[in-house]
Amino acid sequence: MQQESLAGKGRAKIWQKPHFLPVMRPGGWHGLALISPPFVYSLLMLAAPLLLVFLLSMWTQNYLELDRTVTLANYREAISEELYRVLMVRSLVISGVVTVVTVMLAYPIAYYVAFFGGKRKSMWLLLITIPFWTSYLIRVFLWKVILGYNGVVNGSLLGLGFIEEPLSFILYNANAVVITLAHAWAPFAILPIFVSLARIDKSLLEAARDLGDGPIRRFLRVTLPLSMPGVVAASLIVFIPTVGDYVTPRLLGGTNGLMIANMIQIQFGKANNAPLGSALAVSAMIVVASISIAFVLFNRRFLKVKG
Amino acid sequence: MSAKPPRSLFTYAVIYLIFLYAPVLLLPLFAFNDSAIIALPLSGFTFHWFGLLWETKALHEALYNSLLIAVVTAIGSTTLGIFAARAAARYEFPGKRGIVGFIMVPLVLPEIIVGVALIVVLIQLGLSLSAWTVIIGHVLICTPFAIAILQSAFNNMDRSLEEASMDLGENKIGTFFRVILPLVTPGIISSLLISFTISLDEFIIAFFLTGTDATLPVYIWSQLRFPARLPAIMALGFLMVLLSFILLLAAEYFRRRANRIAGNPQSSDESIF
Repeated sequence: MQQESLAGKGRAKIWQKPHFLPVMRPGGWHGLALISPPFVYSLLMLAAPLLLVFLLSMWTQNYLELDRTVTLANYREAISEELYRVLMVRSLVISGVVTVVTVMLAYPIAYYVAFFGGKRKSMWLLLITIPFWTSYLIRVFLWKVILGYNGVVNGSLLGLGFIEEPLSFILYNANAVVITLAHAWAPFAILPIFVSLARIDKSLLEAARDLGDGPIRRFLRVTLPLSMPGVVAASLIVFIPTVGDYVTPRLLGGTNGLMIANMIQIQFGKANNAPLGSALAVSAMIVVASISIAFVLFNRRFLKVKG
Repeated sequence: MSAKPPRSLFTYAVIYLIFLYAPVLLLPLFAFNDSAIIALPLSGFTFHWFGLLWETKALHEALYNSLLIAVVTAIGSTTLGIFAARAAARYEFPGKRGIVGFIMVPLVLPEIIVGVALIVVLIQLGLSLSAWTVIIGHVLICTPFAIAILQSAFNNMDRSLEEASMDLGENKIGTFFRVILPLVTPGIISSLLISFTISLDEFIIAFFLTGTDATLPVYIWSQLRFPARLPAIMALGFLMVLLSFILLLAAEYFRRRANRIAGNPQSSDESIF
């Protein structure tokens, strides 16, 4: 995606792209015609369905019948019912914690590969991405094995005599969900941060050193601000899908680990209330989008900086 | 910058890699462990669980469904990706950023939303769920990855080769099939492999949209509830890891070749994203 925008900019310079295009350039129709198959596919299979979800969320389910009178009743229920509110807040908090933990754990690795990877940068990146290509379900389940009452962590700690009885705070609660998701989303956090770190002009770092900044000040005043576009991208890439996860909470979260996505799934499945499920999905999307936009605006001074 | 990393940073990198690989490394241990319970200590070596896989019929059906879905998804999303990547890399047109951005949206959309959106349409249209409904969803989420890979292949391509072909009298379609396509073939293969792998492992959308044709991950999900079935699932997981690993290495090989053909080895690090 970043490459696309860069390429776009390079071309704009050559052709001096005007702000308003009354007449299309010769290539214009070709480009539009060429991109229309994927564009139409996305319109038909994504935009139209999302619109229908939005419509459905304003209808109501009466047992087997669908009442098509437009009403906000589902939204009222989604907001006023305490269970949904609790699940929504919990999803946001868990996703927020997962995002912070994942990005903070990922940053030093991205830093290491970008500055000290040398000729082995590609090998490091490949090493980081390989575990990500194993079945997500099985990976999540294996964390259950690792963290479980008779699991690898407890087994080793007991065997080594560090603990007297198995630790119970690491499975079937939010901690387990955070650990597992921090693992699952690691490559998605590392790659954007790596790209923004690798783009930093090394002469800026030398300049900071020559002007008397120590390593810590140099990092805080030069490296970190210049890598913020990567950090922001990584945060959003981790945060947004995590809110919608329902595998990890189901397998590892116990009763207190249920998230909003589980409830949406239940409404479409067992509860057979698609309109309420749609309203919950739309509410979740609106909340997540608002938080993401606020996050980008909050960091916009970093995003203007060119590495 | 000096090439010598601080010791603490290197230690951290190693610990982090252990964290990343811990679950994957456990998989073969339990896949070959001669015990019906997934726990340490290990009790003995066996191929029994792999033999069990061979005899499970439901698994074979799930595997067939998954392979069918993954192959069609790979071809569909790569084809759509070629259109989008070529348009984005070669042409300027009004609304380009918006259109490309819109096609890339599934990358940042929770998968459950994609699943919900599609199931709502299918219910309203009165269509029944099948492997094809899963394919629709998978093409949607794989196309952005295909575009990201193919765009770097198209961007790295030397434009003068295309111009030379036109100057020598080849028309647009001929140029595309005889010059451009061969140059980006490694990118296309890489895109096919990545889309195939994503589709094969995808669970959330598949769970919403499969109906009776369970895919491999949906089958695994149904088995995770039964402790007695778990060792066989570990064996299955081990085989899937091996397959993913081989496909990924192949994809990486072709992606690098795509960049090398284009004479631009530098971009190989950044084009992953």
